[in-house]
Amino acid sequence: MHAETDILFRESAAKALLDPQLRANFRRAMDGLITKRKAQFPDPEDLQELRHLSTAIRSRSLLNLPALLVQLEAACTRNGIQVHWAETCEQANQLVLDILQAQGATRLVKGKSMVSEEMHLNAFLESHGIEALESDLGEYIIQLDGETPSHIIMPAIHKNKDQIARQFSQKIKDAKYTEDVDELTAMARKVLRQKFLEADAGISGVNFAVANTGTLCLVENEGNGRMSTHVPPLHIAIMGLEKVVARLEDVAPLYAILTRSATGQAVSTYFNLISGPRGEGEKDGPQAVHLVILDNGRSRIYGDPQLQATLRCIRCGACMNHCPVYTRVGGHAYEATYPGPIGKILTPQMEGVGVRHDLLHGSSLCGACGEVCPVEIPIPDILVRLRREATHQDPASSVAGKGTGRTDAEDRAWRLWAALSKRPGLYRIVTWFATRFGWALPSGAPLLRDWTRFRTKPVPARRSLSERMRAERGSHD
Amino acid sequence: MTEARTAILERLSAAPAGGPPPLEDTAVMARRHWPAAERVVRLRKGMEAVRTEFLEAIPSDWPSVVQDFCDHEGIRNLLYGPGSNDGAALATAWDGEATLLPYDRPVEAFKTQLFTEVDAGFTSTVGGIAETGGILLMPGPAEPRLLSLVPPIHIALLRASTIQDSLWSAITNLGWGESLPPNALLISGPSKTADIEQTLAYGVHGPKRLIVVLVNDLR
Repeated sequence: MHAETDILFRESAAKALLDPQLRANFRRAMDGLITKRKAQFPDPEDLQELRHLSTAIRSRSLLNLPALLVQLEAACTRNGIQVHWAETCEQANQLVLDILQAQGATRLVKGKSMVSEEMHLNAFLESHGIEALESDLGEYIIQLDGETPSHIIMPAIHKNKDQIARQFSQKIKDAKYTEDVDELTAMARKVLRQKFLEADAGISGVNFAVANTGTLCLVENEGNGRMSTHVPPLHIAIMGLEKVVARLEDVAPLYAILTRSATGQAVSTYFNLISGPRGEGEKDGPQAVHLVILDNGRSRIYGDPQLQATLRCIRCGACMNHCPVYTRVGGHAYEATYPGPIGKILTPQMEGVGVRHDLLHGSSLCGACGEVCPVEIPIPDILVRLRREATHQDPASSVAGKGTGRTDAEDRAWRLWAALSKRPGLYRIVTWFATRFGWALPSGAPLLRDWTRFRTKPVPARRSLSERMRAERGSHD
Repeated sequence: MTEARTAILERLSAAPAGGPPPLEDTAVMARRHWPAAERVVRLRKGMEAVRTEFLEAIPSDWPSVVQDFCDHEGIRNLLYGPGSNDGAALATAWDGEATLLPYDRPVEAFKTQLFTEVDAGFTSTVGGIAETGGILLMPGPAEPRLLSLVPPIHIALLRASTIQDSLWSAITNLGWGESLPPNALLISGPSKTADIEQTLAYGVHGPKRLIVVLVNDLR
């Protein structure tokens, strides 16, 4: 049986499937995103060329990863950005807290950062008396309800405007009820501009970090990223260690394919390059900029030549937009920071393939994710590889939790099969009984139960394959 | 956290060497190339699609174009950078209804005023992007970062001759690949969001309107 700590995707997925509102919200949103992306790539050859180039750039960046990180650190330091390293989320949280406390910062505005979601940074800071307010509109909406993002690009995609209208009228002071999107947006603008003005510090993620110039690139549409990084006196950027590229020229193709793949935009409203705190003679910008580089299992993933491709990801979300499973169950069913296909291969590698074994099987292996991935991550192949890792103890493997996904029942079944296969006489007797009396097995029997819930009971053939082969051969002699 | 640094770098360095990365063919970036006049058209089309507004000017009259716009819109005040060439030229020629506010002191001295009382901000640009539409800014001591961010209207001066083919070629032509100031950015339109039901809404955190004063200096 599964251990009690195992997180069962099949249970949360089954629950999500029963929510017609949720399914309608996702279906509509994903269809919209698929259409918009498609319109951005009218020429299939052009798209393939851009994909190959992006894949090559990300592969080269990973090949030189340790050297690039050292170079990035040196360039940032030269620019006046203070660089910190964290092996775990706990360390990263503590680092952020220490920086904030040293400045006496208690009011924090955040630009969108999936790594900070990975760290559960908001809850950690709030437990230390620091207000961490999300300022991306989608993140702000879900924070009001104490929820987590259901999509890495569109965090509040699981809600429709009626739900948001109700929520705003209840939770924002003096807000009237309206379903007008412009009015809802204006309400959030009013609240958040005051927060930007008052904030002691801003936190952001990083889309790309450029090693040779020590530059942090931020891609956004709303302007909250710029507000969070330029208005408060202190800016802390957090990145996963895989985000580094060698030079700014590398970023241009990646940026071009990122916005098109993510939201079907040829360009985002803002593409912001930050290479330092307020400089000599500057009248605004933060007095101090810090960069926290987080590992959290990435260096282990890096150690495996096949699995390393996972780290090419530029977090566009195209794989989830095109996933038939994600579209039906939504992001929350995955119970993970990164949902959808990329999450299905990333989460088990971070948290262990044993506890996340169920997630590895929540896929039809249709291949859509691999086909749309802008950096050609072979998501289905990696998924199959991890399924094997979850049930096998390969000594050469560095996968977290390898072999721990094997259940006792599974283990007994394989041992029984192995024992039978080694004893031809016994094997023949068992198959004789199975073929003659297998039909009598009740459909509610353990293991068979899962199959017969939605399908008719399979009836074994009247004779086993080897019996039939012997008979065939006999008739030809 | 030097232990963390050492441990992470050790683990990364211990990884088995992978094969050579695939060849990089940048032809797909390099062939995005248009004649100067077409670059202007493309830039406009791309930016207008995301609700950027354009005002046409010639090299000698752009300050009056800015002024007429401000008068017409009833803008009470316009924040600008007195240290930039274009900012200084605007101030010299200014004869409009709106008060010109020089951004000449640290933001801490007037942060609340900046957020609540300033109607519009004026900046120059260092180039534009034809492929997708977009303007390039290099904020700094002469033109502070928040000029183009906090006021509800951002007025940007763009000379047609500075429009590049693509971001890729701009990085090379502007020398951004070698070194960058503390802040540089691309802007393609007014601030926007689609976080509520994928419905586009403009003016969420940054400027609600982006006005590009396009100076035709092509010969």
